[in-house]
Amino acid sequence: MAQHVSKGARYHAVTANRLTDGEVVYFSDQNSWVLAFEKAAIADGPEATEALLAKAKPEGFSQFVIDVYPFEVIEDETSKTFQPASVREIIRASGPTVRLDLGKQAETA
Amino acid sequence: MYRYDEFDHEMVRQRVAQFRDQVSRRMSGELEEDAFKPLRLMNGVYLQLHAYMLRVAIPYGTLSSRQMHQLAHIARKYDRGYGHFTTRQNIQYNWPALEAIPDLLEELAEVEMHAIQTSGNCIRNVTADQYAGAIEAEVEDPRIISEIIRQWSTFHPEFSFLPRKFKIAVSGHENDRAAIRFHDIGIAIKKNDAGQIGYEVHVGGGLGRSPFIAKKIADFVKPEKLLAYLEAVMRVYNQLGRRDNSYKARIKILVHEIGADEMKRRVEVEFAKIDSRGTLDLPEAERQRIASYFAPPAFETLSNSCPEFEAACTNDAAFSKWVKTNVVAHKVDGYAIVNISLKPIGGVPGDATDVQMDSIAKIACDYSCDEIRVTHEQNLVLPHVRKMDLHTVYEALCAADLHTPNLGLISDQIACPGLDYCNLANARSIPVAQEISERFSDLDRQADIGELHIKISGCINACGHHHVGNIGILGVDKKGTEFYQLTLGGAPDEHAAIGDITGPAFTADKVVDAVENIVETYMHHRKDGEKFLQTYRRVGMAPFKERLYGSE
Repeated sequence: MAQHVSKGARYHAVTANRLTDGEVVYFSDQNSWVLAFEKAAIADGPEATEALLAKAKPEGFSQFVIDVYPFEVIEDETSKTFQPASVREIIRASGPTVRLDLGKQAETA
Repeated sequence: MYRYDEFDHEMVRQRVAQFRDQVSRRMSGELEEDAFKPLRLMNGVYLQLHAYMLRVAIPYGTLSSRQMHQLAHIARKYDRGYGHFTTRQNIQYNWPALEAIPDLLEELAEVEMHAIQTSGNCIRNVTADQYAGAIEAEVEDPRIISEIIRQWSTFHPEFSFLPRKFKIAVSGHENDRAAIRFHDIGIAIKKNDAGQIGYEVHVGGGLGRSPFIAKKIADFVKPEKLLAYLEAVMRVYNQLGRRDNSYKARIKILVHEIGADEMKRRVEVEFAKIDSRGTLDLPEAERQRIASYFAPPAFETLSNSCPEFEAACTNDAAFSKWVKTNVVAHKVDGYAIVNISLKPIGGVPGDATDVQMDSIAKIACDYSCDEIRVTHEQNLVLPHVRKMDLHTVYEALCAADLHTPNLGLISDQIACPGLDYCNLANARSIPVAQEISERFSDLDRQADIGELHIKISGCINACGHHHVGNIGILGVDKKGTEFYQLTLGGAPDEHAAIGDITGPAFTADKVVDAVENIVETYMHHRKDGEKFLQTYRRVGMAPFKERLYGSE
């Protein structure tokens, strides 16, 4: 499996899969799990990433989500919005590139 | 086909009930994920990028029409209307919800199917030649011994927690279509000079991070002794396999480290102990009982000369072309073996929709003695079609968009799910396969290129068999960018070979150009009638390397 966190990366978000159906979810600023990457909380720097991860994984967390981990995101200088840095996380955030009718991309189309 | 007896039914029923309870306890929080994960894996449930994935076993790749209809129904009811046939002759569903999987498994059990031992460090689905019982010059139908091995290895307590997963393949023909030399154990069925059946045993083959061709350690194990011999192999592996390092835990590493001779010696010591007790001898009557499930269907007495078929070939050029690539001679006069390509131009290799699965099930019911096979090259087979029905079958396949005449040609590629679905992948496989398929979409050009097997994996685990592709493509991740490493000269068959790396990897936008350059180099150097592999073996890597990278 590809590395989720690259050395020296500045921004991170925290993701997981929903227990009931495996759907990709993100930890939000509201301290809850949401479906859209756009609503993911963004941590600036390693300490903030650790803190975000700690909030996402309190005691008993695993009844709702599984496989919680942080991943690198990058900021678009112009729009000031964030997007996943790796191909893997771009695909998780939208769906299979070979089936645009499936995954999150289909729901938002 | 094998039919469940009351014990099989009860075992599967109990297993579904157990899993239902486990899922329920997981949902309620009674079970934590660490405790639940090994339980779901034992039932074939993986977590992939977007959802859970369920891998359903198709023993030795054989399906009835009823089973195929049920697979279609499951795709519709529990998934997103399609399934993916794999290189281990299984089917995978990419989107089932965990909470619905117990119901799914219950419906699967209605047609004598399950997902047991499709994951975990146990003996996995036994695979076999897809032409079993249909091809000329077969020594013995490999499904007989495959079924016996399936029964022996299912829930075998000694082999439930092996150092790593374990895969067995069986071939009953001199042409190996089951890639037996790339399995943990490969069995070739042989006949001796006295006309007796026996088993040649190969161990320690495999792909993945460290590819190895299996070593032959037994020339002729008698039928009644085969389970004792296999148990001896498993026992040596269980004792000596590297449980301390998952990268070195497959039997191929053990055989490589101690050598084939030492492996053979140790197996023979264990075999002598097991054999002396006689408890694993397979009684001939039981063997015959299992064999009776695979008795040939009631073939009609027909002539091999079939005017209807010949007229259709003359009058329908597309049909004639399809016959040439996708139809193989049957052992019985008047019959043929039909290969259904799951590689339409630009499609996803191995995928079939629920509608297509239903169509295939109906065609098999009407025209192929109710049988379907799955191939390790991610295609399907109708094993017993009357030649007089071939044109009707072809038209039915056309109606379901299952008529691509490309078997064994450049667009008939193996591709793993890759980074579009898989949690382990480093790069995408399917888009590369699609682009190659489209680049070579002209079927006349494909026919001119001739037999050429491209195999694509999205990571070093090699589910796409890239090591044994005539052209192998391995996706790698370099600092977040997908690159593709090429190999040439691999072969999975009786002339097994592991491909040679061409040189530095290519980016996604260059890899299909590189494949085309390889093909053009072959076309330039080939002599009359030479296949790609023959030309490569004659001229070597140098001209390909020069074309790809320039002279150094």
